Amino acid sequence: MNAFAAILGKDLRAELRTLQSLPAMTLFAVTTFVIFRFGLDRTSLSGSLASGVLWTTLLFAAVLGINRLFVAEREEGGFDAIRLAPIDRTALFAAKAAALVVYLLVLEAIAVVAFAFFFLDSAAALPPLLAVMLLADLGLAFAGTLISSMAVNSRARDLLVPLVLLPLVVPLMIAATGASEPLLAAGGPGYERFGTWLAVLALYDLIFGLLGYAVFDFLLED
Amino acid sequence: MYGKGLRPLSIATVAMLTLSLSLVFFYAPLDADQGFIQKIFYIHVPLAITALIGFVVGGVFAILHLRSGDSRWDAYSYVSIHMSVIFGVAVLITGGIWAKASWGHWWVWDEPTLVSFLIVFLLYATYYPFRYAIEDRDRQARYASVFAIAAGAFVPLNFMAVRMAESLVHPRTFGTANGGLPGEMMLTFLCCLTAIALLWVTLVKFELTAKSASGQVKRLRRALDAPAPGASSRIAPEVS
Amino acid sequence: MTKAIEVNGLRREYGERAALDWVGFELGAGQSLVVLGPNGAGKTTLLRILATLLRPSGGEVRVLGCTLPSEAWKLRGRIGYLGHEPLLYRDLTGRENLRFHARLHGIRGERAEARIGELLAAAGMELRADERVAELSAGMRQRLAICRCVLHEPELLLLDEPDSNLDAGGRELARALIGPGAGRTRVVVTHDPERALPDADLVLRLGVDGRAELEPGRAVAA
Repeated sequence: MNAFAAILGKDLRAELRTLQSLPAMTLFAVTTFVIFRFGLDRTSLSGSLASGVLWTTLLFAAVLGINRLFVAEREEGGFDAIRLAPIDRTALFAAKAAALVVYLLVLEAIAVVAFAFFFLDSAAALPPLLAVMLLADLGLAFAGTLISSMAVNSRARDLLVPLVLLPLVVPLMIAATGASEPLLAAGGPGYERFGTWLAVLALYDLIFGLLGYAVFDFLLED
Repeated sequence: MYGKGLRPLSIATVAMLTLSLSLVFFYAPLDADQGFIQKIFYIHVPLAITALIGFVVGGVFAILHLRSGDSRWDAYSYVSIHMSVIFGVAVLITGGIWAKASWGHWWVWDEPTLVSFLIVFLLYATYYPFRYAIEDRDRQARYASVFAIAAGAFVPLNFMAVRMAESLVHPRTFGTANGGLPGEMMLTFLCCLTAIALLWVTLVKFELTAKSASGQVKRLRRALDAPAPGASSRIAPEVS
Repeated sequence: MTKAIEVNGLRREYGERAALDWVGFELGAGQSLVVLGPNGAGKTTLLRILATLLRPSGGEVRVLGCTLPSEAWKLRGRIGYLGHEPLLYRDLTGRENLRFHARLHGIRGERAEARIGELLAAAGMELRADERVAELSAGMRQRLAICRCVLHEPELLLLDEPDSNLDAGGRELARALIGPGAGRTRVVVTHDPERALPDADLVLRLGVDGRAELEPGRAVAA
């Protein structure tokens, strides 16, 4: 627990000081919304189109953050420091995933509000959307941290994350958009199969959380 | 050592394949709706089932590799996934042919199983560039095992999610107008399934034997200080 | 005298190349081993194996009574490792870095602050401890790295070229913190035999083929 808090605190402090990932992710998301406005030639979105644009953009913005997650560890010898310390190494996995969730929540706070301004008629969908986002962020964080920790030790590390992560998060995206589509329907939020989709998200989170917990030790060996 | 049993296995495979194909062409009845082209189902579905099980088997070998550290399990895992990806290409091609016959298009999004399979295939196709990108051999093997395990866990999740996303209910492969596969079709299907599964096992064994032989040659060369011909594969694990 | 390190028939291979080939030595508690050899001889590899950061390909290694690699986890926190990388995060200050390492080793609160203050003073870094590491010179980073190395009062020091980048004043201060004396068991890799040999109880010369030669050191027995 101590190690988890220490690593999470260190990451958040470094991010606050340098602002490397967050502004990029947020700007990217907002700009992508503008591109969609012109690409689709629409000024208002609802239902499946809204859901698709929102989640695709969030996913690609998340990949930007995921790419940078372990860079400090890799370049500044942080992996060694953590491997030498008398701590449970899965604390690194948990701390990095938690940091990513924090980044994603901040990203969403800004990007989703921007999305609502640009494309939606009402903000009624936003509160239930938050529940979907929390669960989806967790899944993205677990899968992303796992892949990122491997990609950072490879060549072409910026390419490896999108390459491998994107197919891996397809079930997550299916569930997230599935839940969001009725929420963003033109006539007001609907809750078709909302519970079921949330359950799928939770299952994904559980599986990848456990997976990361089980294999992370093997990833840190040399 | 790997080559033991390869000949009887190959013979059994060829025999089974011959039997199955004969059943397909001469024994199984013609489907009322789709006609002759429906028979591709006898190849397509066994290929898919075998490939998917192959992926999961690759994941199991990966778990064994991580737990024991023995690189042989990594070789098994690699070859299993390798073979299943190749079978996967065949699945997608035969799936396209079947889709054309059934629905008139080379690809349809309406068939959840085919779509799920495409996604699984896309994920496992990244296995190669992923391995290639990691230079250190030991680390490459370990990371590949983690990938295989994550991907193996992903397969059922994916099928479930895609099925749920489909609001249309399509006639399932095993249903006909009467709701159930008639006896002759079932027999033919099971024979084909056995044949394709045997084919998979034989090819995997064959590839492992070939790798083992070239690994032994390499070691002999090293012992004799002879120059090695060309560069060894950067991603295929060496088999001792 | 208790044996701090026992190595027998140690081998480490990278693919087909043997970085270390049949290396053996024993080091008693409180003694200093100096490791010499040309570039590429495997000195850093040896140090990393002793630090539990690398697995041996063959042979027997016992450090502080623990067999490697199976009991490596028992050693964490008892070893102080100073590698080529300072293992410091560039965007945090020196003090924040030391706090982070302290927390990883279970040292917190007032005890941590006191220990950090004491080390910073001993290394001559009190005045610049609150600047970002990225803004410090290589020599100052090395001083911080030395502080980090001994922060948790390890039983064994593994030092890879500890004097690199240090000026004369720095070397003096370093000697007090990581030099021989106060019963410290040390393994020092160095390119400067002149300075290191007088303190050596044992000298290991590694060749490019991975073979080793052992000599008694010139240190005066206590």
